[in-house]
Amino acid sequence: MGSADLIALWISFRLAATTTLLLLLLCTPLAWWLAMGASRWRVLVDAVVSLPLVLPPTVLGFYLLILLGPAGSLGGVLQRLGLPAPAFSFSGLVIGSMLYSLPFAVQPLRDAFQSVGARALEAAATLRASPWNRFFTVAVPLASRGILTAVVLSFAHTLGEFGVVLMIGGNIPGRTQTASIALFDHTEALEYGAAYRLSATLVAICFALLLIVYTANRRLRATGLPA
Amino acid sequence: MKTNARKYPFGAVAALLGLVAVPIQAAALHVAVAANFLGPLQNLAPLFERASGNQLIISSSSSGQLYTQIKQGAPFAVFLSADLDKPQRLESEGLTVPGSRFVYAVGALVLWSPKPGLVDSAGKVLQAQQYRFIAIANPQTAPYGTAAQQVLTKLGLWEPLNRNRKLVTGENINQAWQFAASGNVDLAFVALSQVLGADGTIAGSSWLVPQTLYDRIEQAGVIIAHTSEQAAAQVFMNWLRTDPAALSAIRSAGYQTAN
Repeated sequence: MGSADLIALWISFRLAATTTLLLLLLCTPLAWWLAMGASRWRVLVDAVVSLPLVLPPTVLGFYLLILLGPAGSLGGVLQRLGLPAPAFSFSGLVIGSMLYSLPFAVQPLRDAFQSVGARALEAAATLRASPWNRFFTVAVPLASRGILTAVVLSFAHTLGEFGVVLMIGGNIPGRTQTASIALFDHTEALEYGAAYRLSATLVAICFALLLIVYTANRRLRATGLPA
Repeated sequence: MKTNARKYPFGAVAALLGLVAVPIQAAALHVAVAANFLGPLQNLAPLFERASGNQLIISSSSSGQLYTQIKQGAPFAVFLSADLDKPQRLESEGLTVPGSRFVYAVGALVLWSPKPGLVDSAGKVLQAQQYRFIAIANPQTAPYGTAAQQVLTKLGLWEPLNRNRKLVTGENINQAWQFAASGNVDLAFVALSQVLGADGTIAGSSWLVPQTLYDRIEQAGVIIAHTSEQAAAQVFMNWLRTDPAALSAIRSAGYQTAN
């Protein structure tokens, strides 16, 4: 496998890890609010969160490009402030991937928090557990399955993503060319050998990662952590 | 811009994997190329690097997508389109270096089947309509699709083939080729560059469609106005237009050149 492919793999994994981490930070409070909140706006937010699934990825990428490119509305403002426009850079990929994988993080988290229910939290509250304490020692362990699902889905979905990153990233080797785009380039250039090698590597690494995560999860549960 | 700190982890990984470090670039030139010319450009890149010391950094996508990205400020210095229209548009929108546009390659259309003996050298197989499906690229978006439509229209086959639902449309010319190469369709209108082997022959059977049946498929390139790589871009475009080695590489990839 060529060094360009290894670099593309590295960018893909860095992107998937960054996106997953940021989504977890952002979506946990959002999913909590969707599961536990009392606001009438929850239905609306629920619907909006699912919208990235509706648009074709290249179309979503197109709108992001128009927004975030150096000539775009938000990107242009950033540039005038002396900041780099996010399009055609790693940060642009992260923004695009976060939006595209948003439902894959929010929905498992929301359902997991919902299944925790108010009852267990109220019981903890009567034992004078603080809200943070209740969240980390009651809700998180009870929701661990959903959290794991959210992490795995966001990570895998970002790795396999193509249309959004191609549009907003510009397929620049060493900067915004991910493994899935490098793979597509190989098939476009009719280099099927290189394409097979790269896809086999990508699938093998992901399979190993998933295996580790699921094994660890089973062990954790077997050792008595509440599931 | 990129800092050393940001580059560092990927250098570390490359070192861990036992890779040779990426050499320090004399001058990097970012080239956006239409997908159909990606393979030929990858072969041209080392020739150009040897001739000029400049390294090509190649980004590939459909011409339409690259056009949109350039309009949105993508950091490309040179745009090699699959058609004439998009470079012209960028030019009329003032986004290119004036006078930089030229036709770097002229494509040829081929009716092709991976099966030997199916396509005759006069294309009579088309009229007989003995085949189940014939693949073309999307006439709305792909230049070779437009050309295929013109050929079929001139032969009076566009209507009957559509009526009999024998046309399969690929999103681009590579998909049309893949439909045929994988045996899912009997015939496909493809680019000569896709089926021409390194030895100058074509595997399977084919009909090189006469130029009189379709408009010339001209692929134009331009230098983008907002690039900071003007000097290297000029060197590259001059080299692509005039260097004998470059021209011969383009021709052996299945294209005609203006020079």
